[in-house]
Amino acid sequence: MCPPPGVRCFIVSKQKIMNKIIHKRQLSDSVFRLDVEAPIIARERKAGQFIILMVDDKLGERIPLTIGDADPVAGTITLIFQTVGATTMKLSKLNEGDYIAAILGPLGSPTSIRGENGEPAGHVVCVGGGVGVAPMHPIAKALKAAGNKVTIIMGARNKSLFVMEDEMRAIAGENLVLITDDGSSGLKGLVTDPLKELCASGTVDEVIAIGPPIMMKFCSLTTLPFHVKTTVSLNPIMIDGTGMCGGCRISVGGKTKFVCVDGPEFDGHQVDWDLMIHRMGAFKPIEAKAREHVCNLYKGI
Amino acid sequence: MTAKEKMAIPPQIMPEQDPKVRSHNMNEVALGFPKEAAMLEASRCLNCANKPCMQGCPVAIDIPGFLAKAAAGDFVGALSIIKATSLLPAVCGRVCPQEKQCQKYCTMGKLLKDSDKAVAIGRVERFCADYARENGLEEKVERKPATGKRVAVIGSGPASITCAADCAKAGHDVTMFEAFHKCGGVLVYGIPEFRLPKAIVQHEIDGLKALGVKIENNFCIGRTRKLAALVKEDGFDAVFVGTGAGLPKFMDIEGENLNGVFSANEYLTRANLMRAYMENKADTPFWHGKRVAVLGGGNVAMDASRMALRLGAEKSYLIYRRSEAEIPARGEEINNAQEEGVEFLLLQNAKRIFGDENGMVCGIECLKYELGEPDASGRRSPVEIPGSEFTLDVDTVVVAIGNESNPLIPATTEGLEVDKRGHIIVNPETNMTSIPGVFAGGDIVLGAATVILAMGEGRRAAAGINAWLKA
Repeated sequence: MCPPPGVRCFIVSKQKIMNKIIHKRQLSDSVFRLDVEAPIIARERKAGQFIILMVDDKLGERIPLTIGDADPVAGTITLIFQTVGATTMKLSKLNEGDYIAAILGPLGSPTSIRGENGEPAGHVVCVGGGVGVAPMHPIAKALKAAGNKVTIIMGARNKSLFVMEDEMRAIAGENLVLITDDGSSGLKGLVTDPLKELCASGTVDEVIAIGPPIMMKFCSLTTLPFHVKTTVSLNPIMIDGTGMCGGCRISVGGKTKFVCVDGPEFDGHQVDWDLMIHRMGAFKPIEAKAREHVCNLYKGI
Repeated sequence: MTAKEKMAIPPQIMPEQDPKVRSHNMNEVALGFPKEAAMLEASRCLNCANKPCMQGCPVAIDIPGFLAKAAAGDFVGALSIIKATSLLPAVCGRVCPQEKQCQKYCTMGKLLKDSDKAVAIGRVERFCADYARENGLEEKVERKPATGKRVAVIGSGPASITCAADCAKAGHDVTMFEAFHKCGGVLVYGIPEFRLPKAIVQHEIDGLKALGVKIENNFCIGRTRKLAALVKEDGFDAVFVGTGAGLPKFMDIEGENLNGVFSANEYLTRANLMRAYMENKADTPFWHGKRVAVLGGGNVAMDASRMALRLGAEKSYLIYRRSEAEIPARGEEINNAQEEGVEFLLLQNAKRIFGDENGMVCGIECLKYELGEPDASGRRSPVEIPGSEFTLDVDTVVVAIGNESNPLIPATTEGLEVDKRGHIIVNPETNMTSIPGVFAGGDIVLGAATVILAMGEGRRAAAGINAWLKA
């Protein structure tokens, strides 16, 4: 029975109504973009939050993915991911019209946006590495909307790994810096090079870095001598995503924190990076085997 | 039958899988009574006038009443007596700590001067439930005419299942919200298949659906939707919060974040809910340790140490800092674990965990303890023996020392009062929280408790909700 007239009854039987892939685009050899029907998440999510999904809800695994964008009117969320393991590989094989078996979210605490959180608007540098640009997008958008000057540094190994360049240019305009390891697009070098220059100029109020853990570690080390507040978004191993399993625990300022409920964003200067990077590799040998298994399955087809 | 004749009936033995075999499979350990044994066991009840067993039951099941029916072979009649107060007999018959509850007070056990010889109430309960389910003899549950009122139940563990069922029977339109892709809460992610087959839990969930309960999986209240929005915008007239325990506790010792150290929640969730025991079929990886140390002495610690053996461990240690007399796990589970080869290291506790050059667990340093004066809990507190350190060679450590309360709902619900440990405060008669129309029960109120206590809370909350919606 639905609630009385005038009260929205949003809860519907989700089978065949939600989690449908509306749009799929391959952004590079290994990076994909999916727009997925998830109206409740699209409406509730805020910048910085993530989802957990399963491609198969019987024997599949649960993996966290950050929400790249959302359209509350169309009721869709955008997921951008790189095929790194068995589940992302299976996800990349789904097509428009297919359904993702399970999506839970939005999870984690939203980003604290300068200009809205009590701190005055200022100059924020957003550093996105590889596919980490996707979760940076809604944050950069929110920072801009809150009146900040936003500089965006996008880094990747090579040109083909850049995602959402147009979207990021729309936010940062001429303050968009592209940098690749091999110089195939923009500057040649590492994201920490322009980051250091900017910090040295003394104009930066805050840095937000999202990308591979090693990149976030070195961004944090780069900003430390300049005492610039540095926020990072972590994406460790997770099962439930609601604080029950403790698999995502890390050490921040010497205290154990659960990324799923205490994060995903933390002060990059306080994170024990070596421990975090090490914990992410806990299941590497098993995961490599699973990936190969899935890979062979698809080759066989 | 006279009391003397009843005393002469030998306690019936419930068949079990052989320890050597079962420690390598996931099938249920206890196989349940044959029909004749169930009737004989039930007939041992002396039908005491003062029914001491009932005082030991958290939900006061009419135990002599159902045993009399079972002794006469009327298992369906027995089940309906149980179900008048307990919604989940197939579950509670398996996982209740009967030796600390009903069976502790059984006169037969007292007469025979051996509490192990008390009437096996739980095993007869289990038989009645299994018999009715397996033979399709469960009575159809009556539902009162629709009231037009809507109830949201948050979580799908034992407290929530019970509350949802009782509210649906009262004619309310019930929607259950579960964050995981499968329902059952701790009954599916925590308690292993070998102790509680998942088909039994699924049967209870199917029963809810048959009652008209709508189920929303992959829906986390507090995140996907705030609790307040359920009432203010979505038209729910009452809400029950049964989100259970959360945030696993750790020891706060050196080396606890090394690879190979898990909370029991994570270790068991991987193995149970995520089916990691089906290697090459399930995608979720499992840490197949060869030498596993489990820290703790509760049922969860027993489950984890026994799971380790089933998933290939050659050595499974259970490290508990008090003595066997204080160990909180059920006697049956302690026996099962010992029979299967779990090595108990009592009056010992972990001091630090060692890692190798790759940051993988390679050993654990323990300290020996002796029992001192009783502490606030009335148990003799363990006191460490200085200089008693020793090292065990292990590659996996599972921490099973309990949970903190999950902060998600209190943190996202304005006006919901919690105590200093984060448990939701409720009116003890109605289970209503500080927010009118919002009720709570189970581990989120009690802290770590048992399935039957959670069920009792769910039932009391449902009565509270039904009265609230009538007013």
